[in-house]
Amino acid sequence: MARIGVVVFPGSNCEYDAAAAVTRLGDQAEFIWHTRTDLEGIDGIILPGGFAHGDYLRPGALARFSPVMGAVERFAADGGPVLGICNGFQVLVEAGMLPGALQKNRGLTFLCQPTTVVVTSTNSVLTRAATIGQELVVPINHFSGSYTCDDDTHDALVRNGQIVLRYKENPNGSRDDIAGVANEAGNVVGLMPHPERAMSVLLGSADGMVLFEGFLGVKAAPFVLAH
Amino acid sequence: MNYFVIVDVTLRKGIADPEGSTIERALPALGFTGVTNVHAGKCFRFDVEAESESAALEKATSLAERLLSNPVIEDASARIGER
Repeated sequence: MARIGVVVFPGSNCEYDAAAAVTRLGDQAEFIWHTRTDLEGIDGIILPGGFAHGDYLRPGALARFSPVMGAVERFAADGGPVLGICNGFQVLVEAGMLPGALQKNRGLTFLCQPTTVVVTSTNSVLTRAATIGQELVVPINHFSGSYTCDDDTHDALVRNGQIVLRYKENPNGSRDDIAGVANEAGNVVGLMPHPERAMSVLLGSADGMVLFEGFLGVKAAPFVLAH
Repeated sequence: MNYFVIVDVTLRKGIADPEGSTIERALPALGFTGVTNVHAGKCFRFDVEAESESAALEKATSLAERLLSNPVIEDASARIGER
């Protein structure tokens, strides 16, 4: 049974949903307060959604300086799987652990709706259990989710298969319909949609399950890059 | 000595500025015509204790680049202001 650390910043608000998704698949979730710097015995890290540090300055700008982030960076550098959902994705790009940046949505509206995302790469801990072209209904819930990056970065993302999820219909102006990206090694992934809120047909969709299955595969089979 | 520093953070050229364009679109409705190229940004003002004006600016520039702006999408510039 994998032990997954769910980081809690002041202002996080999706940590319980993330923990519920982990336990739903039989693994153990443990909340990690943002001042903690020891990740001993943790098999995977989730940075959940919310408004870390009030989203002041820019979403994720202050959270990247939380003491826990140094430990998360070392954990990722050692190959540990790290998943940033929504605000967690914003923290990962601010921390430079993922390329690009997330801007205010085109149209300047807060978006809260189901979206269909398409799996476009399985070279990541999040999408390794899914298949290319698979469509997943997963809700979004954000104001700053418009992914942007320069041309060189975009070329590299495409070349390395780092664009793991694309919106079928772009809701927020994201470059190249990008909904989620991975680092080059595939062990750090961020996405704006909330797979932890798509874990039950009764509540609208269980399509997040395949993503968590991939992410939680950590203990059973060490992650090996497919290409 | 204390220096009063102003830091302007603006979106880099070529980066979409939905806030700026929304403001621009709203202006004609208020009777302001002929206003174009509207860009929205942030302004920070603070005091910096330093030996000299250039040392204060150097410190402010460094903190602006590290925290106040996201270099992926934003430019930051620091200047000495008047109170």
